[in-house]
Amino acid sequence: MDIVSTLRVNRTERPFTADTRTTLLDALREQLDLTGTKKGCDQGACGACTVLLDGKRVLSCLSLAAQCEGREVTTIEGLARDGKLHPVQAAFIRHDGFQCGYCTPGQIMSAVALLKEGRAGSDEEIREFMSGNLCRCGAYPNIVAAIREVARLGSESQ
Amino acid sequence: MFPVEFEYEAPTTVEEAIRLLAESGGEAKILAGGHSLLPMLKLRLAQPPLVIDIGRIAGLSGVSEQDGGLRIGATTTETAIQDSELVQRLCPLLSETAAHIGDQQVRNRGTIGGTLAHGDPAADMTAAVLAAGGSVTVQGPNGERTIPADDLFLDMMTTALEPDEVLTSVWVQTEGPRTGSAYEKFANAASGYAIAGVASVITLAADGTVARARIAITGVGSKATRASGVEAALQGKRADDQTIAAAAEHAVEGVDLIGDLHADESYREHLAKVIARRSIQRAVGRAATKS
Ligand code: FES
Ligand code: FES
Repeated sequence: MDIVSTLRVNRTERPFTADTRTTLLDALREQLDLTGTKKGCDQGACGACTVLLDGKRVLSCLSLAAQCEGREVTTIEGLARDGKLHPVQAAFIRHDGFQCGYCTPGQIMSAVALLKEGRAGSDEEIREFMSGNLCRCGAYPNIVAAIREVARLGSESQ
Repeated sequence: MFPVEFEYEAPTTVEEAIRLLAESGGEAKILAGGHSLLPMLKLRLAQPPLVIDIGRIAGLSGVSEQDGGLRIGATTTETAIQDSELVQRLCPLLSETAAHIGDQQVRNRGTIGGTLAHGDPAADMTAAVLAAGGSVTVQGPNGERTIPADDLFLDMMTTALEPDEVLTSVWVQTEGPRTGSAYEKFANAASGYAIAGVASVITLAADGTVARARIAITGVGSKATRASGVEAALQGKRADDQTIAAAAEHAVEGVDLIGDLHADESYREHLAKVIARRSIQRAVGRAATKS
């Protein structure tokens, strides 16, 4: 059965038609051509598909698109503003927080939320609260360094 | 990994959800956070003709004080429980347990009602609600009824809910004076699920002996259950390390142990005893410092 629905993605209304079984992840990638969000396991284990839903980080592979109607979705494509990278994106580049890059959009979306949640108090806390994002290349130390730096810069600028 | 085709409805009242459930002859599935249901749909372990999303029913989430305890709406997320000031103050066992579930993304979507209605034998919240003397309220075509947590879990993924009933809220006892609690778990490193998890709520009498112990265990058998052998071995005793260790030996009494590729039965039994000991020790320590 098809549903006709509208998602609000990266501050833009995006209507689409899809089967009821369509996950938010598939709607983003297949219907709305937003392929920045990655499909790793498709079963809630890897975090590659992490996006923000009403500002909270969620796994788009475990949400039906229909459940998200009328709610605000932010993907990796929506982070940069006016051609300027989000501080977390810039820090990932500075610290080499990736190798193949497949997990990176999920890592970055998760890190953006983590900073907002105030969970970057220590490296240990960062690791615990990034535990839903796996990196098969093992870029973990550099990912933690990038997040730590943004947390420090953020608290200094306040 | 695509589910079998299903229809999707998002009612705005519980009554409408119950009507839809009844019309489907109890074949429909209730969708809350979806973090158990969606994987089951994708693996085609569940093939419902209709999915009823209760996420748009107002008033089904939130925490409030009620009848000497806390009432937690079914669609309250694990994150909301973890962060709730009310839960942290009055039933800290639940926020501590919530923090053990999955990861932050999972907790942001997973709900307390969902995890209890699903009845996964390795879930965390099942043990916490058992130890907290909890109950659930369910609503069906014939009205509302309350099921004590002790009677809720029947077998692997099988609960006392009828196919046409919706779990609407959870109630847990407030942890009173001289009462301490703890949730201890040995997790599967990959999935985060409990290989052995033990929730303890201990009340000490003025003389330091155990006035009441509620201990529940998850992950080791086909369902979460009270560890009544452990409770009995603590009752009325001074809770020193020796007594606690001896009581923990009863951890899997009456449990039909599961063995799988992560841990065979004897290893699970060993873990259960160690985890029970640590859980009780921490709960007793907290009870002793709480006036
Ligand atoms: S693709 Fe969603 S968690 Fe792996
Ligand atoms: S950079 Fe390759 S998986 Fe993380």
